[in-house]
Amino acid sequence: MAEDVFKALADPTRRRILDELAERNGQTLFEICARLVTKHGLSLSRQAISQHLAVLESAGLVVSRRQGRYKFHDLNTEPLEHIVTRWLSPEPPESTP
Amino acid sequence: MRIYITSVFVDDQEKALRFYTDVLGFEKKHDIPMGEARWLTLVSPDAPDGTELLLEPSGHPAVPPYKTALVQDGIPAASFAVDDVRAEYDRLRELGAEFTQEPLEMGGVTTAVLDDTCGNLIQIVQGA
Repeated sequence: MAEDVFKALADPTRRRILDELAERNGQTLFEICARLVTKHGLSLSRQAISQHLAVLESAGLVVSRRQGRYKFHDLNTEPLEHIVTRWLSPEPPESTP
Repeated sequence: MRIYITSVFVDDQEKALRFYTDVLGFEKKHDIPMGEARWLTLVSPDAPDGTELLLEPSGHPAVPPYKTALVQDGIPAASFAVDDVRAEYDRLRELGAEFTQEPLEMGGVTTAVLDDTCGNLIQIVQGA
């Protein structure tokens, strides 16, 4: 699971997608594409963005949800917490001589 | 060459006529019976002789899968200019319209996307 998260975060476009979802959850594919083009100059095809979203979803960083006939994407930060706490564990007590 | 008509495929012409006039604020221009369907066009009250919007029946078998796929990904079937997207967003929500994209400022242009209740998403744009 952690491997998937690192792989997902390694790509700058995918990090931009997460930035935009952090600003507003519940975006359609159309909105994500529009934000990447107008705010970041990333003019990828919708299919390419879909593939990036699939990588983020398989890493658990993005959750897609169907609501009626629409499909929205939400950010899920839970996998990041595991990564952060991995190296932020409390210091072990000093050993007494 | 000029754009004379543009069209959206609507599931129900009568329901569409009500939504596009009562909620969005367009006016009926032509309403001509054509067998089972109607030649039904609308104009903006600001430009009664301007581009017409044809509310076209969704009868062709290719249309429903096309519309379903576009709506799922949030892609609008048409785009209309407004003076103030946020004011329209508030006004239309008061009238019960459902938005798939809240007002979004993107480098001088503000957009929002709403459901036309007839199988399409419609974008409203300010500053285009």
